[in-house]
Amino acid sequence: MIEVENLTKRYAGRAAVRDLTFTVKRGEIVGFLGQNGAGKTTTMRMLSCFMPATSGTARIAGYDVFTQADEVRRRIGYMPEGNPLHLDMRVREYLKFRARLKGLSANRSRERVDIVTEQCGLGEVAGKVISTLSGGYRQRVGLADALVHEPELIILDEPTKNLDAHLTRTVRQLIKDVSKDRTVFISSHLLPEVELTCTRVIIIHEGSIREQGTLDELQRKMSSGQQVIAELAAPVPDLREAWEHLAEVEHFDIAAAEGNFHRCSLTPRAGVDLRPHIFELAKARGWTLRELTRTRHSLEDIFVHVTKKEQEEL
Amino acid sequence: MQPFLTLVRRELGSSYVSLIGYVIIAGVQFLMGLGFFILLRALESKPFDKPVIETFFTSELFWIVMLLAPSITTMRTYAQEKFTGTYETLMTSPVSDWQVVLAKFTGALLFFMSALLPALMYPFLLKRFSVDLTLVDTGALAGTCLGVFLISAFYIALGCFASALTRSQIIAAMNSLVLTLGLFLLSCLTEVIPPKLGWQSAAFAHLSMINHMKDFTRGIVDTRQVIFYLSMTVLFLFLTHKVVESRRWK
Repeated sequence: MIEVENLTKRYAGRAAVRDLTFTVKRGEIVGFLGQNGAGKTTTMRMLSCFMPATSGTARIAGYDVFTQADEVRRRIGYMPEGNPLHLDMRVREYLKFRARLKGLSANRSRERVDIVTEQCGLGEVAGKVISTLSGGYRQRVGLADALVHEPELIILDEPTKNLDAHLTRTVRQLIKDVSKDRTVFISSHLLPEVELTCTRVIIIHEGSIREQGTLDELQRKMSSGQQVIAELAAPVPDLREAWEHLAEVEHFDIAAAEGNFHRCSLTPRAGVDLRPHIFELAKARGWTLRELTRTRHSLEDIFVHVTKKEQEEL
Repeated sequence: MQPFLTLVRRELGSSYVSLIGYVIIAGVQFLMGLGFFILLRALESKPFDKPVIETFFTSELFWIVMLLAPSITTMRTYAQEKFTGTYETLMTSPVSDWQVVLAKFTGALLFFMSALLPALMYPFLLKRFSVDLTLVDTGALAGTCLGVFLISAFYIALGCFASALTRSQIIAAMNSLVLTLGLFLLSCLTEVIPPKLGWQSAAFAHLSMINHMKDFTRGIVDTRQVIFYLSMTVLFLFLTHKVVESRRWK
């Protein structure tokens, strides 16, 4: 659906986006993750044909975003950062205006406005002036606008910025609902956002891509050095002695848990899975093992890791 | 065509729901009404040697309206959209730059014409209630309407251009006012430069909007003047288009 090759954008000599190359397949929900100023909005503006790239190409649904901008615009629903709306218009009137602007016939636009109003839960505010609406409703109006012409791809730039936790959840659910039959490309600087809604993540840092893949892939990539938690019923000195003699353990921590159990956090040496070793050990020594888990890296860890690596290199 | 009409409707709609729209209409009507009142008083007191239409449509009050109102009418066109960010949603819709430029121009021009429209009633009032039936000449009236339309189109195009350059409505209004006034004041040069001077004075005479308007109010429609205003309008629309397009320059 989106094919980006060596996309670069320079502002007065400084590269805001450098050599981006990625693809988004039809039906995917892809999160575009980066800190503020990483180049997310610039990329989105280029994809939505608002401004051209300095070099490189981007194609959406097979059409070049620069030379075939009209075809591309017909196929995308774009919600810019900050969700700008005509505040003096009424919700229904605004959506109708946007639908007509996007080339829908009068009848078709009426039908579509009804559908998206329903879909985005705008029924009760349809007759209200947009400036009187709360942030959550405004966000839904923006989303309804992006959906009104049945685009194949929707591009949302920071869709839950400045919303409280409850509204964020509502909007997120809405994005999930509407993404069933289309491709979605969301940018965000919030990790939970991407973690909860997206199937694949692209992490951008200082204008270039650092990591990309599904959440599982990223987690696997990071799994070397993953901690293992084991809760065992054994005396502390025995545990200490056991971990010290197990060559695969690089570092350990022991904390008391309820009863005579102890909670051990073990960091393995490069890429080893400690779990079978611990099980064998417990079996051999007759210790009771009641928990054995490998901590999964959250996206946040991956993100911090990826961006920190960059900062250290600098 | 559909996006164009949709945008024109939106432009008109936003003018008629905003306070500033009604401030413009009220201001224009006040000044024009004042001019009409002064004209009536003058007609009452002494016999008139100049045609009334000429007197009314070349008065200072008329020019104040023509110089101020278009700048204020057009200051929002692009600046406000750029400021609120709706410019981005507009320019990422499947509409061409020309459609946007022409729609904003047409919308502003139609609105401004509607603000002037009630002034058209004055000549008819005169015609209806005056004893002297020759007072209002239909030909002169038609010429005046054409003249007002052409000058408005020019100033509105200029105002759109000024608005496209900035995100601030105030700066847009200031820029457009400076340009409008500057071009208008070229008319005054004809008074300063002695007519003997040759081509310079001839050139300035052709630029003199005061003289143009004088001709229009006498019912004289000179193609040179019509072409002057139309080409100035097209020039500023072209410049506006270049500004709108400039975001896509590499």
